[in-house]
Amino acid sequence: MPPGWNAVSAFVVQLCLANQTKLMTEPVPPTAPFLKLENIGKRFGGTVALDGVDWSVNPGEVHCLVGENGSGKSTLIKIVSGVHRPDAGGRIVIGGTAFDHLSPHHAKKLGIQVIYQDLSLFPNLSVWENIAIDQELGAPFLAVRRKTMRATAKEVLANLDARLPLDAIVGQLSVAERQLVAICRGLAAKAKLLIMDEPTSSLTHHEVVRLLGIVHRLKSMGLAIVFVSHRLEEVMALAERVTVLRDGRKAATLPAKQVDYHRLAELMTGSRIDHVLKAPGLETRESVLEVRGGGRNGEFADVSFALHAGEVLGIIGLMGSGRTELALALFGMTKLDHGEVWVDGKPLKLHSNQDAIRSGIAYVSEDRLLLGLNLRQSIADNASITTLDRLANSFGLVPPQRRSKLAFEWVKRLGIKASNTAAAVQTLSGGNQQRVVLAKWLATNPKILILDTPTAGVDIRNKQGIYGIIHKLAKEGVAIVVISDEIPEVYFNTDRILHMREGRLVKEYLPGATSEKLLAEAVFA
Amino acid sequence: MRKLLAPVFNRSESSLAVVIIVVVLIFSVSSPYFLTLSNTADLIESYSVTTILAAGVFVVLVSGGIDISFAAVASVTQFIAAMAATKYGVPAFPAIALACALGALMGCVNALLTYYLNVVSIIVTIATSSIFYALLIYFTGGSEIYNLPDWWTDRVVFLRFETASGDFARITLPMVIMVLVVVVTHLLMSRTHAGRQIYALGGNPEAASRVGIRILRLQLLVYGYLGFLAGLAGFVQAHRVHQVVPTAMFGTELSVLAVAILGGASLVGGLGSMGGVVLGVLLLAILQNGLNLLGVSPYFFDVVIGLAILISISVTAVTQRRLRAKRGNSELRHE
Ligand SMILES: Nc1ncnc2c1ncn2[C@@H]1O[C@H](COP(=O)(O)OP(=O)(O)OP(=O)(O)O)[C@@H](O)[C@H]1O
Ligand SMILES: [Mg+2]
Repeated sequence: MPPGWNAVSAFVVQLCLANQTKLMTEPVPPTAPFLKLENIGKRFGGTVALDGVDWSVNPGEVHCLVGENGSGKSTLIKIVSGVHRPDAGGRIVIGGTAFDHLSPHHAKKLGIQVIYQDLSLFPNLSVWENIAIDQELGAPFLAVRRKTMRATAKEVLANLDARLPLDAIVGQLSVAERQLVAICRGLAAKAKLLIMDEPTSSLTHHEVVRLLGIVHRLKSMGLAIVFVSHRLEEVMALAERVTVLRDGRKAATLPAKQVDYHRLAELMTGSRIDHVLKAPGLETRESVLEVRGGGRNGEFADVSFALHAGEVLGIIGLMGSGRTELALALFGMTKLDHGEVWVDGKPLKLHSNQDAIRSGIAYVSEDRLLLGLNLRQSIADNASITTLDRLANSFGLVPPQRRSKLAFEWVKRLGIKASNTAAAVQTLSGGNQQRVVLAKWLATNPKILILDTPTAGVDIRNKQGIYGIIHKLAKEGVAIVVISDEIPEVYFNTDRILHMREGRLVKEYLPGATSEKLLAEAVFA
Repeated sequence: MRKLLAPVFNRSESSLAVVIIVVVLIFSVSSPYFLTLSNTADLIESYSVTTILAAGVFVVLVSGGIDISFAAVASVTQFIAAMAATKYGVPAFPAIALACALGALMGCVNALLTYYLNVVSIIVTIATSSIFYALLIYFTGGSEIYNLPDWWTDRVVFLRFETASGDFARITLPMVIMVLVVVVTHLLMSRTHAGRQIYALGGNPEAASRVGIRILRLQLLVYGYLGFLAGLAGFVQAHRVHQVVPTAMFGTELSVLAVAILGGASLVGGLGSMGGVVLGVLLLAILQNGLNLLGVSPYFFDVVIGLAILISISVTAVTQRRLRAKRGNSELRHE
């Protein structure tokens, strides 16, 4: 059985049963596809992003699109939504009519709505205005019909059985709530095909489960849904069919029932990937970091643990368990109200993250797009930002070639897919952006590395790549904390697992001495 | 107090209103002439040009741009309309229409340059501002026009009433134009599709183009509207001072921007309201008048403008940070 599989799929099935008995209805009869692509290709300069792709999506179907980072998923979606024009020779057939390309406007009229990873919402406007924004696109000097717009927003939310304050300003909502707003906007615009590009990579487990419930609801409303995701467990539990892209070509479209985790991984990468338990670290090494009775009022309490050189320690917990808050405190972003932190056998007062960095602690945040990167700057700029003083020459200036040399080294070591180190980070695919964040912190040569959900949005092979890097660093003696809510991630890649719940460390597990299933049950109980 | 004001103004505006009330109280105690009816009327009239321009700048700020060429536009249109009126005897309405249309056209030039060059608007408008001014001075040699026709300079009084102290307070043409501009801008921004699209554009330009907002058309409207108002403001300014001096508006850019920012418009776009801008004007006007009556040097007034902006920006930043912190906690709690 594939790892993590049982727990999550059982969970989702349970959820669906609980939420909606209607889901048990027979599969959709083989109707004409809503969308059909024939021989679609797309080049960006020298890069072939897509090559001869045929693809179809049926009404009422949940269709998953998977593939490694840079395999062309987002590009395919942008062609369907009219953002990119496919190269000559391809056809897009929608409802029986063929087009050689679509404009964004046209695609919307045909009922194609995309929820991009950044959600494309208006943070300064209210929930209802965001949802019904289409009604404001008419003749410029007509009056806005607030009542109708609010009614639309209300109705769409009611259809989804969801509740949101209509007048709240969207910028002040949580990510999950914003995503709901984006989905509602798609519905309000009379979507027939709703495409979600990596909708779950910035969500916590709870939120993902809620989202999956909503996706089922949408499906029962007859919408076609395309779902791009790197969390294969989710994909499998949800989809009717799965399409795998590899290097811009379609590797296969298969009924989800017929594939398992290993088969998918194989199709994506062209080679077999197996999970292997990490070789356990040596317990006898000295502890580099020790937390004694650490606590922050309202966030976490009584946290005590030791971290040894060369050890990979997993902290598993759901949102609200205090895991990120703990990480922020260890990195000096917030102050402990209780307890103390010892580094190398000495108590350490953390006044700011500068103190943490100086004592060799590095932190890779969970929110790669918001906190980790300056998207407009180059790879070299981003990767060198943490080490400028080390790169500076005797005049205190940083020669550009030192920066690009450093960046080049990390691009190579982390296998970042980019034309060169001067490329702006925003031209990279999502998973490669994540690695630039990693490069930025690894460049500081940390002794203690805290990784907060390090593989969100990263495909399976690259996940393996990142795990490989983690293990290698551990071997070199770096002490590593991996915070995550993906069971297999922690189970197969750490020496020791601490389970955090409601702000407390409740139990310690050793992967060799427990099963993945037991761990999953404990965490999601 | 804030609760009381809540139905009319949003958070930052009600704090501005509170500040205004406090300032008014302080000045009323310290100077007997402060805010007498005739003093107030004069004060309002003297800020009419600033308010008209601020309304246009506010629209541009909401869209996420900055335009500082409005003073140059006002000077150019003013001069050309004055030439038309004095040399060719063009009558009132065509002359005013000419000024406004010309202003709108110059605004559209800004919009086109910003859109097609894809450069931040402040840089584009610094350049066009410099070009407009330079061309004006080059062709006029800096000469001034004093012989404006009577229809331009005659004071138009709509209402006049005697105050208790025997002074007269008048409702004049500049005030009426100012109020009209404020009302129209308010309706445009809060009630029309175009206005809401401008807010959306300022809030997230990428998303705006994705949902199908036609950016170029909207920018033409935004910058064209400011140009139009600059033409109108040029007319009102000459009406008040009875002459056209090419350099008269030079240097008003900062105080107009200041007023809009004080009123809650943000330099990153998407925020602010016309009501807030009016409060911003009010605060500056009251401060200036009060300090004047107290005999404070006018140079010191610029210090006050600067401080007022700094304080208002800090207040906004702090409240936002606090909001965010609060949100973080509540998220934790509800899990
Ligand atoms: N606008 C662009 N200009 C140049 N190259 C691009 C552009 N958009 C995408 N690419 C390239 O096309 C390829 C496919 O990228 P795409 O974003 O479709 O990948 P993806 O499958 O969505 O990856 P991820 O899972 O990391 O999001 C990549 O090599 C990427 O660098
Ligand atoms: Mg992508």
